[in-house]
Amino acid sequence: MTDLKPRYDLAVIGAGPAGLAAATLAATRGLSTVLLDEQAAPGGQIYRAITRSPVRNPNVLGTDYWHGADLVGPFRDSGADYLPGAAVWSVSRTLDIGLSRDGAARILPARHVILATGALERPFPVPGWTLPGVMGAGAAQILLKTSGLVASGNVVMAGSGPLLWLLAWQYLRAGARIDAILDTTPRENWRQAMPLLPAFARSGYVGKGLKLLLEVRRKVKVIGNVSALRAEGDGRVQSVVYRQGNGAEQRLPADTLLLHHGVIPNINLANATGCAQSWDEAQRCWVPDVDGWGATSVEGVAIAGDGAGIGGALAAEHRGRLTALDALHRLGAIDRATRDRDAAPHREALDRALRGRDFLDALYRPGKDFRVPADDTIVCRCEEVTAGQVRDAVKLGVSGPNQTKSFLRCGMGPCQGRLCGPTVVEVIADARGVSPAEVGYYRLRPPVKPITLAELASLPKAEDEVAAVMHH
Amino acid sequence: MFQRLPDAGGERVSFTIDGQPAEALSGDSVAAALIANGVGACRTTPVSGAPRGPYCMMGVCFDCLVTIDGTGNQQGCQIRVHPGMRVETQNGKREIER
Repeated sequence: MTDLKPRYDLAVIGAGPAGLAAATLAATRGLSTVLLDEQAAPGGQIYRAITRSPVRNPNVLGTDYWHGADLVGPFRDSGADYLPGAAVWSVSRTLDIGLSRDGAARILPARHVILATGALERPFPVPGWTLPGVMGAGAAQILLKTSGLVASGNVVMAGSGPLLWLLAWQYLRAGARIDAILDTTPRENWRQAMPLLPAFARSGYVGKGLKLLLEVRRKVKVIGNVSALRAEGDGRVQSVVYRQGNGAEQRLPADTLLLHHGVIPNINLANATGCAQSWDEAQRCWVPDVDGWGATSVEGVAIAGDGAGIGGALAAEHRGRLTALDALHRLGAIDRATRDRDAAPHREALDRALRGRDFLDALYRPGKDFRVPADDTIVCRCEEVTAGQVRDAVKLGVSGPNQTKSFLRCGMGPCQGRLCGPTVVEVIADARGVSPAEVGYYRLRPPVKPITLAELASLPKAEDEVAAVMHH
Repeated sequence: MFQRLPDAGGERVSFTIDGQPAEALSGDSVAAALIANGVGACRTTPVSGAPRGPYCMMGVCFDCLVTIDGTGNQQGCQIRVHPGMRVETQNGKREIER
């Protein structure tokens, strides 16, 4: 970390499409810029391992994936500094960034910060989802991109949403076998989605999406209208039990079960920084409040990409450029008129990229049974708290997720609520008969990644800070 | 159970899992390397002792915690495997001295 400057005009956190595009534009136009990323190589999750994927056949991952390379080249030429392998655990309101790398921590001050922390898979709490061999479909995709690994033996995919179908398509391209896809998309979603179909039909996705769907459906047994799901096994997943509609339980052997029902913004860092957030009913998740430039309620902190609401990879890159232009303006490098003029093509491209998103949100909105699980389902994986325990706590007067922490330790494990927060909110809201908006979300605090005392102790300290501790 | 695509390129990396010799591909995360070697469960939980394996592969779920070169509670999916690395599966909580 010694080659870092002592201070930057702009720090961008996250090297996915939004972060890469933001850092490239800002650095090219003269801001001293650093891109901090937790991964060892750029690309984020969508373009994971884009510079070094061992998957040699480009048809396996598809052209949309390889587009990521178009972002990395210009970034490398932009003059921005790049710090991979860096876990950012705090952004203060004074824009001091706490980060750890190779077991040492440091504080990096910036004049402006763009959070580009992207998305994570919406938790999919079903009985048995903690068994080894049950993973997110996104996790399986990462294994494919980074290591050329595909599930073998009996493979079952379950859930809903574009990523599930994309992974199935990539698996087929890679020559992998899928026993079945259990489609949990609620049939009634079509009613909400139909009025939005015309806009989707004009988007760039419709042709590609249909082709992909048909190809998968031709080659894989797709079981629709799945209303209940659980994984069973001794020490690892061995079978998947499901129900179609109100039908009887069916069982499939499974060595691997890949779950997915959409992605949600990864809000932990924004939340801990103090950025205001709101419940998004359409995407059924908490989303930080941002304006058209990605600016949050915290002065000097903006969010670009899926971290500010799911829009997909292409939208993320355009949003990255818009937040970068606003950073240039706020730091005095360009005037407002220049910002607005230069933003025009990116805004147009963003509108195009977002066209049809409403349709996908409505069609793939996860069914209630999978968002609000039954009593025996583990909700908090870290502390092994069930939905039933959360409901019992509500009966005792718990009104929101922050109180479940004190009652149940729910949300207090190392994942810091990332894998339980959305479900806890849904379960409490359902039990109380109110909207998740009223229930609220965890109040998160830094550090948002676990750090050791040794890392904290390695932070440079001023003499008066040492004296303050030593003499009291 | 996962297997490597036949044409997956890259250098082989030798490391150990619980003292046993194992092989990974350069660029594999520790979690991917465990999965490639058929190790589906990498720890047991501190609460109930249930086995867990990697779930998210992107640093958010913390289910892939393992002991790496003597240091406990490392996120296996966030650290690349390197030659000679000692990876150990973990039982329950991290021990105080590691």
